[in-house]
Amino acid sequence: MLTGRAFKFGDDISTDHIIPGRYAHLRSNLPVLAAHVMEDADPSFAGRVKPGDFIVAGSNFGLGSSREHAPLVIKMAGVSAVLAKTVARIFFRNAINLGLPILLCDTDRIADGDQLEVDLTSGTIRDLTNGESLTSGRIPQAMLDILNDGGLLPYINKRGGFRL
Amino acid sequence: MGKTLAEKILSAKSGDNVKAGNIIIANVDLAFVQDTTGPLAVRQFRAARFTRTAANARVAVFLDHASPSPNAALSDDQALLREFAQQTGATISDAGDGVCHQIVAESLAKPGDLVIGADSHTTTAGALGAFACGMGSTDTAVAMALGQTWLRVPESILIALSGAFSPGVYAKDLILYLIGLLGADGATYKALEFGGEGVMSLGMSGRLTVSNMAVEAGAKAGLFPADEATRYYLASQGRVGSYRRIQPDEDAVYERTIEIWLGDIQPMVARPHTVDNVAPVKDVSGIKIHQVFIGTCTNGRLEDMAVVARILSGKKRHPRTRLIIAPASREVLQASIRGGYIQTMIDAGAIILPPGCGPCLGLHQGILGDDESCLSTANRNFEGRMGNPDAYVYLASPATAAATAITGHITDPREVI
Repeated sequence: MLTGRAFKFGDDISTDHIIPGRYAHLRSNLPVLAAHVMEDADPSFAGRVKPGDFIVAGSNFGLGSSREHAPLVIKMAGVSAVLAKTVARIFFRNAINLGLPILLCDTDRIADGDQLEVDLTSGTIRDLTNGESLTSGRIPQAMLDILNDGGLLPYINKRGGFRL
Repeated sequence: MGKTLAEKILSAKSGDNVKAGNIIIANVDLAFVQDTTGPLAVRQFRAARFTRTAANARVAVFLDHASPSPNAALSDDQALLREFAQQTGATISDAGDGVCHQIVAESLAKPGDLVIGADSHTTTAGALGAFACGMGSTDTAVAMALGQTWLRVPESILIALSGAFSPGVYAKDLILYLIGLLGADGATYKALEFGGEGVMSLGMSGRLTVSNMAVEAGAKAGLFPADEATRYYLASQGRVGSYRRIQPDEDAVYERTIEIWLGDIQPMVARPHTVDNVAPVKDVSGIKIHQVFIGTCTNGRLEDMAVVARILSGKKRHPRTRLIIAPASREVLQASIRGGYIQTMIDAGAIILPPGCGPCLGLHQGILGDDESCLSTANRNFEGRMGNPDAYVYLASPATAAATAITGHITDPREVI
């Protein structure tokens, strides 16, 4: 069971919002890079987020570049999962490959700062602030297997290759 | 039941008779990284204790995003990639050779290939009839080592083209119009497939522009059939032996069909800060532009340079509008020199950059100041994209860009042609 606060964002948060290209020179210095997480969407985010918190976004979260540093810096900030209405394709794969859970649900009912409780196994999201419950949509079994193994490298290491 | 282009290519690559919705393991023909995604891919490759790249897949490393490197950290990243290429025998394309997607088109991808690149605009090679798809560093590292990846076979949206463009209108205007129609997530998880007799009026340069930006509607791939235009292009690159015809089956099943009469398309602009925020140029003409940037994997090809030189010929850039031009590859640069285009551009007051990506993603070369506006031929205009979250980026065709450089404000190219 994961618990934490909701940090609410709108639609179309791009990988440039999450970690801008102007920090490309920091990509081999991850602790410094991670200090800029979400900077162009909310410059105060990095200073306020605590381990366990959630990013709660609208539709098409993570659109744009293939930079895996986007989910990587989110994970390094201690964010335990990303909740969104929809997630862009490459970001979705990258997050799962790094073991960062994605929950697809109607995020309109969650407000910024709400305390959330998330059960990854059942996909149940409880908003402890407003008392409502949500259920996330199912993700393909192939992605669940990678997530459950802790990411793509542990998955390949355990199974010796792709197994459907 | 007939197959779409996506189903046809992915059936061959998985050795199975697949259809949309299937999850498959597929053999990869080409896996590549560039200098901002490659270092993480190399570290993941090594963390997984892979030592060799797969025998069945070609692996390529491109140093293009920082070309040449503006600082020590990026130089170290590039050194790591050179060392990786030397160790594994991967093809390396160094700073100045060109943008990865342009070189993949010129030299590497062929019809029917499965191409995986650690760059979202890997969709570009769909113009050649390859299933080309962007992924992250870890997925690409695994594809380099195993020569395989997993994919969900996408549903396809057929974009049925008819007619031909009117003068002053180009492939860039078509894809901006289409992204406006679909929305930035209108094709997420799906393939865009271009068909209809109108594809004949798109040469390879225009097809590459269209496939490049398919991802801006969220698409996994942007596919063209491999036809006479593909053969002509491959022959011009000395690769006619790589050609084979690939067409979708006549009874292929599409999720939906969008019909576009090319003669209806007007010069288009994407306004800040999303690519689907499009408008005809005439609706935004007059907006003051501080910098024009022409180049990138979207519009840095020889045909683009020719259009720009024709419009700039005998004219000067507006004194308060900087004009920055970066041909997409060394081959394009050299041909542009031979064609006299570079001389014309310099005479018009342009700054010529080495082939590379720099300004497009705000890495270096042409970072915008606060409240400045840039009109760019690139593919993205997100907040902060060109290095400053307090700046504004408009996207348009090379013709619109050249016309705008002359007047200093957004200008319909038909006014100056």
